[in-house]
Amino acid sequence: MTLLSVENLRVTFDTEAGRVEAVRGVSFSLGRERLGIVGESGSGKTMTGRSVLRLIRPPGRIEADRMTFDGQDLMRLSEREMRALRGPRIAMVMQDPKYSLNPVLRVGDQLMEGLRQRDRLGRAAARAKAIAALEAVQIRDPERVMDAYPHELSGGMGQRVMIAMMLIPNPDLLIADEPTSALDVTVQAEVLRILDDLVRERGMGLIFISHDLRLVARFCDRVLVMYKGRVVEELAAADLLNARHPYTQGLLNCLPRIGGDRGPLPGLDRTAPWAQEA
Amino acid sequence: MALIEIDNLSVTFTAQGRQVRAVEGVSLSVPARESYGLVGESGSGKSTILRAICGLAPVSAGTIRIGGEVLRHDKAFVRRVQMVFQDPYASLHPRHTLDRTLSEPLAIHGLGDADRRVMQALEAVGLPTSFRFRYPHQLSGGQRQRVAIARALMLEPEIVLLDEPTSALDASVQAEVLNLLSRLRDERGLTFLMVSHDLAVIDHMCDRVLVMQHGRAVEELTRDALAGAQMKTDYARSLFEASADRMMG
Amino acid sequence: MTLTEWLRDPNPASRRQARLGQAWLAWLRLKRNPLAMAGLAIIVLLLVLAAFAPVLATHDPIAQNLQNRLQPPGSPGHWLGTDDFGRDIWSRIVYGARITLSVIALVAVTAPVLGLIIGTVAGYFGGWVDAVLMRVTDIFLAFPRLILALALVAVLGPGIENAVLAIALTAWPPYARVARAETLTVRNSDYIAAVRLQGAGPVRIIWGHIMPMCLPSVIIRVTLDMAGVILIAAGLGFLGLGAQPPLSEWGLMISAGRKYLFEQWWVATMPGLAIFIVSLGFNLLGDGLRDVLDPRSAGK
Repeated sequence: MTLLSVENLRVTFDTEAGRVEAVRGVSFSLGRERLGIVGESGSGKTMTGRSVLRLIRPPGRIEADRMTFDGQDLMRLSEREMRALRGPRIAMVMQDPKYSLNPVLRVGDQLMEGLRQRDRLGRAAARAKAIAALEAVQIRDPERVMDAYPHELSGGMGQRVMIAMMLIPNPDLLIADEPTSALDVTVQAEVLRILDDLVRERGMGLIFISHDLRLVARFCDRVLVMYKGRVVEELAAADLLNARHPYTQGLLNCLPRIGGDRGPLPGLDRTAPWAQEA
Repeated sequence: MALIEIDNLSVTFTAQGRQVRAVEGVSLSVPARESYGLVGESGSGKSTILRAICGLAPVSAGTIRIGGEVLRHDKAFVRRVQMVFQDPYASLHPRHTLDRTLSEPLAIHGLGDADRRVMQALEAVGLPTSFRFRYPHQLSGGQRQRVAIARALMLEPEIVLLDEPTSALDASVQAEVLNLLSRLRDERGLTFLMVSHDLAVIDHMCDRVLVMQHGRAVEELTRDALAGAQMKTDYARSLFEASADRMMG
Repeated sequence: MTLTEWLRDPNPASRRQARLGQAWLAWLRLKRNPLAMAGLAIIVLLLVLAAFAPVLATHDPIAQNLQNRLQPPGSPGHWLGTDDFGRDIWSRIVYGARITLSVIALVAVTAPVLGLIIGTVAGYFGGWVDAVLMRVTDIFLAFPRLILALALVAVLGPGIENAVLAIALTAWPPYARVARAETLTVRNSDYIAAVRLQGAGPVRIIWGHIMPMCLPSVIIRVTLDMAGVILIAAGLGFLGLGAQPPLSEWGLMISAGRKYLFEQWWVATMPGLAIFIVSLGFNLLGDGLRDVLDPRSAGK
């Protein structure tokens, strides 16, 4: 069952320096599975994620032949209807909880805000739900975290709070934009595991955006590789080692490995035809 | 005789009446021409050790010796030790052309022939000499980091301190910069003291590595021990698993 | 290669070309702001009036003609009218532009420079140097300009130079504060650490590395302050503490025209309008410069 279907997505910015095309004709579809979008900076992966939620402001423009979520045409919805979708149906987790959590509100207040305003729950009911959400992301002392401010939490904890907050309304689709890039290596593994469990349990669709190809391959079912605004390759995660496109191969091979040889790392041939701005 | 010798180093910061022990009792020794890595997560104190060597962090206990002599931050010191910083967007002065940034160390030390040296420096790091009068905002992250490396080498130091030199770069650019660093190191016989949170990068570049946590040294490993997963401490092992985990295939 | 191509060359061949190229791009950004261009036009007009006063003025600004006094605007030969001594108001305004300009220029080259030096030194060294310099700054900040002007007049006698001195002595503290705030932010940057690590001394660092980063804020501040400076000079002139008659300083003209405000309103209003327009010009330009020079917009 297709949850999200995107055809020929284009994102353009009209700046004083000229037109910048961040996304040039990206198409993909997503069911209740995990899709990874991988690319380096400037590949357009973040813009793609934000386009689904129509979170791009002027001077940016989103254009697509078709962008449907659960039968609704996202390109035709009004801003009000989009707001009804964002949160309850489609949620987004971003990279750094330092910047995505409100620093002047306590965690508990932020968690309960949506519940009380949107779902009109009473204080006690909202608090109970919020605590349950924190427990779902394996926070051991949810009461203490409810009363804390974001800056009092560690990176990993903050990110778990972010995930809890986004999953409270039980969305169908979660877009995670580099959710673990700002975290320490050992904490990354833990947060990913939690995310993994939750997505599986609830049968959600997941779009996982990252620059780390190996991480995405381990975590997702399918992978889209983007370069300069286009999708250069789409493949199943299990097939990653058989990638055909030189860019994907280049990305795979250019990372150093523990125990690998110490000769020069293979780089990308930036003069190749596929690397030109066509 | 080791070129860099750190003995029981402690670094304590005082902030608003509270004392923060960034580094506690760390010792290490790096012979000439070796590449030594410091690896750990945030808050481990690894970058603070580099800053202490440079005189940018206050040493509260212990000694640092360079070439057998106790550390003194004079002009002779800066001609032996230089540093490449982590953030390519912050380590070059935004209002200076590359020419100015690269010729400044020469001017400070009264070294002549700036024109030729600047051109040579740009070529050595693989940048076109036509970039000479560009400003940093006209360069990409990888290009800026190359300039930072060129700047560090202008005074022809023996020791180069590298503070997460590729963390802020894309994977493909990181490969190019690491290759550049290896080449320059081999050509000039440099000694590296490199900090990173990425075990794979450290393994690729360094001969020995010190694992740090919360300001303390946890375990020192040779490259072979690291590759063979022969860690003795749990923390070192958990770091290894977290990164080797992703090395699928 | 045309001039524009030379300026836009992505690979400049000399430091001068690089600097001019950046200045050109900044100019293009400024041009896009119509209000800032209006402000610039006003200031250019002020410069033209001052430079070509002998040519543009229709009469001698101090020549009296009592038979022709208090003529309304539109009278033959006097398109802005005459004042109570029969002097042509337009010519007085034109020559008064010179006075206004010299006041601005004198203040602009002394106060910000002093403030910049004190602020960067205080911010860079910190500790007791900072404490002492900032207390000195606080003292001067607290000094009432008017009292200082009065004191100077009492000691040195009235005159436009003493008014400028009084203004300059009390105008530098805000620049010191702005410069210090910028310095505190900048001094922890990696590029400062890098140049320290090359063995640079404090003078080289402050002059070559820190001051260039403070300049945009100071320049914007100067432009916006100029409006205030003009008003203060006019105020001092109005009180008789600055320019003395028969100088055609605009504030003094307003003061002299006070008596005739209801019947012959033009005597005070014309110079008042001149002050208003020039202040407005500086404010508009300052706002436009802020958008162009703000380091954030010239960032990554």
